[in-house]
Amino acid sequence: MAVKQIVMGLNGDEAVAYAIKQVDPDVVAAYPITPQTIIVERFSEYVANGEVHTEFVAVESEHSALSACVGAAAAGARAFTATAANGLALMWEILYIASSCRLPIVMAIVNRALSGPINIHCDHSDAMGARDSGWIQIFCENSQEAYDSVIQAWRIAEHPDVQLPVMVCLDGFVLSHTLENVMTLPDDVVKKFVGERKFVTVKNHFGKEVPFILDPENPITIGPLDLYDFYFEHKMQQIDAMGKAPKVIEEIGKEYGELSGRTYGLVHPYKLEDAEIAIVGLGSTMGTAEIVVDKLREKGVKAGLLRIRSFRPFPVQQIIENLKDKKVIGVLDRAVSFGAYGGPLFNEIRNIFYDQDIRPLISNYIYGLGGRDMPPQRLMVIFDDLQKIAETGRIEKTVKYIGVRG
Amino acid sequence: MSSEENLPSWREIPIAGVPYKPSTEYKTGDWKVYKPVINYEKCTKCMFCHTYCPDGAIKIREDGFPEPDYDFCKGCGICAEECPVKAIEMVKD
Repeated sequence: MAVKQIVMGLNGDEAVAYAIKQVDPDVVAAYPITPQTIIVERFSEYVANGEVHTEFVAVESEHSALSACVGAAAAGARAFTATAANGLALMWEILYIASSCRLPIVMAIVNRALSGPINIHCDHSDAMGARDSGWIQIFCENSQEAYDSVIQAWRIAEHPDVQLPVMVCLDGFVLSHTLENVMTLPDDVVKKFVGERKFVTVKNHFGKEVPFILDPENPITIGPLDLYDFYFEHKMQQIDAMGKAPKVIEEIGKEYGELSGRTYGLVHPYKLEDAEIAIVGLGSTMGTAEIVVDKLREKGVKAGLLRIRSFRPFPVQQIIENLKDKKVIGVLDRAVSFGAYGGPLFNEIRNIFYDQDIRPLISNYIYGLGGRDMPPQRLMVIFDDLQKIAETGRIEKTVKYIGVRG
Repeated sequence: MSSEENLPSWREIPIAGVPYKPSTEYKTGDWKVYKPVINYEKCTKCMFCHTYCPDGAIKIREDGFPEPDYDFCKGCGICAEECPVKAIEMVKD
């Protein structure tokens, strides 16, 4: 039985800030950047009003923001930050340090196109640049999911089998600045759900098991010089943790569902069961695509979609299970990998089907760069193309660009 | 540095590079090409070598004579350079 909830009118950024207020982390270190600014503004108001116990660190750059979170998390704090686009790019060095130091930091990424030329609107080039950094990446469809995911993120990050930082990605402006009805849980329910941060133990330099935390009483060194005789082993541990994360993300999503009535998984299928053609993608566009699927269904077209919620870890089995019997799949990428054969999501989706005996035809559609709009009509163009491929049985052009002047 | 085969697997070591042994157990002496050899007939126990060694790898024995610890000596040759009576010779390791 889900608990009683309050509907609030919040945009995506406000929903994230409100969730973080309810979690009341020990440290928030952040630097404002459009379209993430509202998160930092709202949260600093909560701090000024004394509504949270958080130490708010107003840093001079994103590099410092994440560095402060690394120090805080190593010292045992719950640490949160948020950024977008070039802010994330400036954090790049510390992204790898946070994940390899196994620090369960939570960060909201309000997806925005990377400069240049300068652009403040949505695409996924920022998050895709961080896909190999060892962070878990959750992509949200709407502000409700952003609120819900930011709460779940702590449990995923701090899980003893995981111990990895988590990025919660929401589309800039489309979600961050758009008012939505968001169901919010009572403060005490959120507090109880996230609980207190627990610590795994490690062997210290005297061979004694001690908590994994910087503590003068039980000193340890985190992330020291690690050369060819040990670095590879520590990467294996990160690979292993990423491998264990899917199960944890599903468990936490289910537990949250029992509490709130909103269950989350690694992938979210829509009208996919009997579908012959389907699109796959990330983020808010997949919400618009549901309407397009409905319209096609009215016309008798067997269309469906699969939204990937967890891009890292990449839920290979779940994607195969959901898509293996489809005729044609269209993969939507809101990012370019210059010089590559198709977008990043397309590459991974096509890759996992190589081992399958029966493979769907898989086509790539790159769209929405720099906030180029993706209305239902443009999605319809993609579905029309998928239908054509289904009829002819062949893909004439594997990588297509949707909505660009030709 | 020990050979890879004798080192524990990734399943056994702490996460995040946390050292599970004191640094004194991490032998760094195999970097060297030349090692210092002390001629005790010439040595005057002045302890210059002990003082100048940048790695603390020259101990003073109970009898007052210095002795290089080859497990940590990196063969920089500073001791031989500073020895006032030229009692230290750098020999190919």
